[in-house]
Amino acid sequence: MPILEVNNIETYYGGIQALKGISVYVNKGEIVTLIGSNGAGKSTTLKSISGLAKVKTGSILFKGKETMNKPVHETCLLGMAHVPEGRKIFSTLTVKENLLMGAFSVNNKQLIEERMEIVFGHFPILKKRLEQKGGTMSGGEQQMLAIGRALMMEPELLMLDEPSMGLAPIIVEQIFDIIKKLNQNGITILLVEQNAYQALNIAHRGYVIRNGEIVLSGKGSELIENIEIRDAYLA
Amino acid sequence: MLLEMLQSLPQVLIDGLALGAVYAVVALGYTMVYGILQLINFAHGEIFMTGAFIGTTFFILLMGMGWVSSVPQIFVLILVLIVTACLTGLLGMGIERVAYRPLRNAPRLIPLITAIGISFILQDVIRFIAELSSGNYIVTGPSLFTDQMTISFSSLSSIFNDASFKTSFLIVLVTAFILMISLDYFINRTKWGTAMRAVALDRETASLMSINVNKTISITFFIGSALGGATGVLFAVQYGTIDPFIGFILGMKAFIAAVLGGIGNIRGAMLGGILLGLLEMFASANLTLLTGGIFGAEYKDVFAFSILILVLIFKPEGLLGKPTAEKV
Ligand SMILES: Nc1ncnc2c1ncn2[C@@H]1O[C@H](COP(=O)(O)OP(=O)(O)OP(=O)(O)O)[C@@H](O)[C@H]1O
Ligand SMILES: [Mg+2]
Repeated sequence: MPILEVNNIETYYGGIQALKGISVYVNKGEIVTLIGSNGAGKSTTLKSISGLAKVKTGSILFKGKETMNKPVHETCLLGMAHVPEGRKIFSTLTVKENLLMGAFSVNNKQLIEERMEIVFGHFPILKKRLEQKGGTMSGGEQQMLAIGRALMMEPELLMLDEPSMGLAPIIVEQIFDIIKKLNQNGITILLVEQNAYQALNIAHRGYVIRNGEIVLSGKGSELIENIEIRDAYLA
Repeated sequence: MLLEMLQSLPQVLIDGLALGAVYAVVALGYTMVYGILQLINFAHGEIFMTGAFIGTTFFILLMGMGWVSSVPQIFVLILVLIVTACLTGLLGMGIERVAYRPLRNAPRLIPLITAIGISFILQDVIRFIAELSSGNYIVTGPSLFTDQMTISFSSLSSIFNDASFKTSFLIVLVTAFILMISLDYFINRTKWGTAMRAVALDRETASLMSINVNKTISITFFIGSALGGATGVLFAVQYGTIDPFIGFILGMKAFIAAVLGGIGNIRGAMLGGILLGLLEMFASANLTLLTGGIFGAEYKDVFAFSILILVLIFKPEGLLGKPTAEKV
C-alpha cells in the first residue's frame, strides 16, 4: 500500500490554477522524484500535501487517512516532514534552536537528545556549529540544517523541495548521498528537483510535471532514457 | 550648572529608572505583537489602562474586606498583580481572536485602524463602567506603600544630594524588573519562547515544525497584555488616581520606546523604555537650568523626543534593531 496517495488534486492561488489534477503515489521505502521546469507546480504539489496550500478538489491519503486541507501543524504530526524550497532556516535562531524547533512536538528530553545524535551522525558539521545563528551558515550548511531539522521529527515520509538549489556540485553530491542513505535507513523520500538527471539517478520512480499536470511518469532509469524528458524538462 | 546637575543626579536616576521600567514593560507588549504580526497594536495602551482599573477595583474591594490592613500589603499587591495580569491577558487574547485574526491577511492598514477602534471602545467601556459604579470616571485607589525612603547618596560623595522616594517607587522598579527578566528568560530559554521567535521569523515554516501558529500568536497576546495590565496596576499603586485616558499618552511613549530600541526586539524595548524614562526625568529636573529659565520642566517631552528623533535619524532601525536590508 502506498504511504502517500495524491489523487487528482487541483490547487489555486486566488484565481490562478497552479495544479490541474495531479495524481502521484509514493510507496513505503521508495525515493520518488518530481521534476519539471520553473513554475511547473512542483512546490505547489508539496505544499498541497503538507497543507501549506489549500487544495480545491481531489484527495490526499497519508498512511491511508485523508489529510487534505488539514492544518499544517497537524499533518506534520502524522509522520511527514516538508523541507521547503530555499531551506527556510530560522535565521536568528541558533543551529541548536532550529533543531529543537524540528522536535517541537516532542516533550521527552532524552528522545530529543537521541534524535539530535542521529542528525549529527548524518551532518557532523552541525554539532560543531550548535551556537551559531542559522542565518550565518553557508548555503550547503543551511541545507543540511534544514534536512536535520526535519529529521528531528523522525518522519516516515521526507519531502524535499530542491535541496540542491544554488549549491556547488560537490555539496550537491554530498546531499544526494545523504538522501540515499536516509532512504536506506527506511525513510520514504519525495524529492522535488530541477536537477533532473541526478534526481532520477537516485530515484526509484519519477514524475515529470509541466504546467500543473503530470506529463510523464515511470522508473527513474526509464525516464532518464526517455527523450521526452529532455523536452519536458528543457521546454 | 554642572554641579547642580550632578547634585540632582541620584534622584533623577531613581525616578527615571522607575518611570522607564514602566515604559519598558508596556513597550514589550508593543514589540512582541509587532514582532509576530507586524501590527502596531494601538489598543495596548488601553490594556494597560484597563489593568490599572481592574487592579484599583480589586484594591478597593480587598480594602472593603479589611484585607489591606490585616494582610501584608506586598501579598495583596502580588495577588492583585496576578489576577489582573490574567484578566488583561485574556482580554488581549480575546481582542486578537475577534478583531485581528479575521484580518490576518488584509492590508496592514486595516488591522491598524481596527486597533485604534478597539482602543476607543476600551476607553469608553471603562469610562462607562467607572461612571456607572462610582459616579465619576476618575478613580482613586487606596494609598499603598506610602512610607518615604531616603538613600543617602551624600555620604557617598558630597557632590550628590540624597534621593528620596515613596516605597511604591521601589515596588514598581523591582516588579517591573522581575517582569522583564522573566520575559527575557521565557523568550530566549523556553520552548514556547523559541517557537514565538520562529513564528515571528517565518509563520509557514514554523507551522511545518508542527507549531500551532494561531496558538503561538494567542500566547504572545496573552503575555504582552498580561504585562501591560500588570504595569497598569503598578501605575495605579504609584500614582493613586487613574482615569480612562491614562493609556493614551503612556501607550504612545511606550510605543516610541519600542521604536527607539528597535521595534520587534525584546531587549530593545527594555532599553528604549528605560532610556526614555531617564531622559524624561533628566529633562524634568534640569531643563530650566539648561535653558536659563526659557523652558520649564513641562517641556520635558519636547526634550526627550528631540533626542529620540536624533537617535532615529542616525539609526532608523532603533538602537538594537537590525537594519532592514539585513532582514532575510
Ligand atoms: N503564492 C502564490 N501566489 C500566486 N501564484 C503562485 C504562488 N505560488 C506559486 N504560484 C504560481 O503557481 C505556479 C506553480 O508554482 P510552483 O512554485 O509550484 O512552481 P515550481 O515548479 O515549484 O517552480 P520552481 O522550480 O521555480 O520552484 C506558478 O505559475 C507560480 O507563479
Ligand atoms: Mg518550487
